[in-house]
Amino acid sequence: MTLQTLTMKLNGEEVTVQVRPSALLVEVLRDQLELTGTKVACGEGECGACTVLLDGVPVNSCLVPALKAQGREVMTVEGLAPLGKLHPLQKAFVEHGAVQCGYCTPGMLMSAKALLDHNPDPTEDEIRLAISGNLCRCTGYAKIVEAIQAASGKTG
Amino acid sequence: MNSASRRWEEYLMPTSLEEALAMLQERGGQARVIAGGTDLIIQLKKKEKMARCLVDITNLLELKGIELKGDFIRIGACVTHQELASSGLIRERASALAEGASQVGSPQIRNMGTVGGNIVNAQPAADTVVPLIALGAEVEVATATGTRREPLEGLYVGPGQCTVDATAEILTAVWFRPLGPHQGSAFERLARRKALSLPILNAAAVVTLDSDGDAFQEVRLAVSPVAPTPFRARKAEEALRGTAVEVQAITAAIELAAQEAQPRTSLLRGSEEYRREMVKVLLRRSIERAVQVARGG
Repeated sequence: MTLQTLTMKLNGEEVTVQVRPSALLVEVLRDQLELTGTKVACGEGECGACTVLLDGVPVNSCLVPALKAQGREVMTVEGLAPLGKLHPLQKAFVEHGAVQCGYCTPGMLMSAKALLDHNPDPTEDEIRLAISGNLCRCTGYAKIVEAIQAASGKTG
Repeated sequence: MNSASRRWEEYLMPTSLEEALAMLQERGGQARVIAGGTDLIIQLKKKEKMARCLVDITNLLELKGIELKGDFIRIGACVTHQELASSGLIRERASALAEGASQVGSPQIRNMGTVGGNIVNAQPAADTVVPLIALGAEVEVATATGTRREPLEGLYVGPGQCTVDATAEILTAVWFRPLGPHQGSAFERLARRKALSLPILNAAAVVTLDSDGDAFQEVRLAVSPVAPTPFRARKAEEALRGTAVEVQAITAAIELAAQEAQPRTSLLRGSEEYRREMVKVLLRRSIERAVQVARGG
């Protein structure tokens, strides 16, 4: 199998990596680039744990062939706090108890980030719709919705 | 499962339709078209489908965009569900399609999944296919020898099977007539939860009323999954043609639809008896909302 070259802008920096043609984006992120913030759970696009932003919109990185990211911008949860300083969404998740086991959190944060980027002051319904592709089995969602409400308007 | 156990050894990203068709042809059935991949990648992971090479068509300009062209709306096959759901043109002139697209999967799936993929994947209750069939859509398919255009409804052979050969042909666009004055459409969906859930049933109605808005001139009804392929409730359509827009006529027509439909008992979707009752409920709701749209428009 011949490796193919993938160049993408990842969390603001251009990255070039040799990938298997059959590699999925999440595998390149986690296994080759060691960005393990992005999680894999269902592997079928049902749970949203693997959510990353591709050109600013949330996608399931477990269903995206890595080479689809060619020449595009990818943002993972690591990109939210590039200098180790928590993003307002991350702070709000901590402050509102929106993190329990934490496995859904990176995906939830990326869906929330995409929402606030184009709608800085969403209604509760808009928040619930934005995270409708992210399953959480611990919190019951209320605290996650509260955290996103608290962070809205603060993300610039 | 890791990437080594999956079989595709090449991932190609052509930049023109001709190049894409040539790539398919050179590989003689070993290559397969991929668009958003939200269904295909799962099928490849589960080995329900196989391919040595994937030809990604999402960079082809010919396959993008939603445009009014003459008397028709043309939707490029690689338009995503999100793009359909948020298109002003689709919301105004084919609202059932915007409603269907807005209920596919989840935001993440809608950002990647395409209308062409939804069609070629050939699930009878695909949420964009049901409204497109009610809208009388045609598809445009590019092959090595030329382009053909045919009714969407005729594409389906059985669950997961359609006449577009994804190893040699490319569905390039969907065409249909936008709805005008005295016309309206609506889509209804019943599922166990609002996101990430297969439909128990979905339905779409497209109605044309007379100029007073009092009688049906033409009605097109689609409901699925109640057969191996997307189902048109033709007897009900026929019964409504020319009748006054009244509860009794609608009740009689949807009764016919429920008799004609063949829902099956399914662990995921519910019992046959329940689903047959719900055929009536979803059709009634979609007809009534389509009438409202037609009267308002």
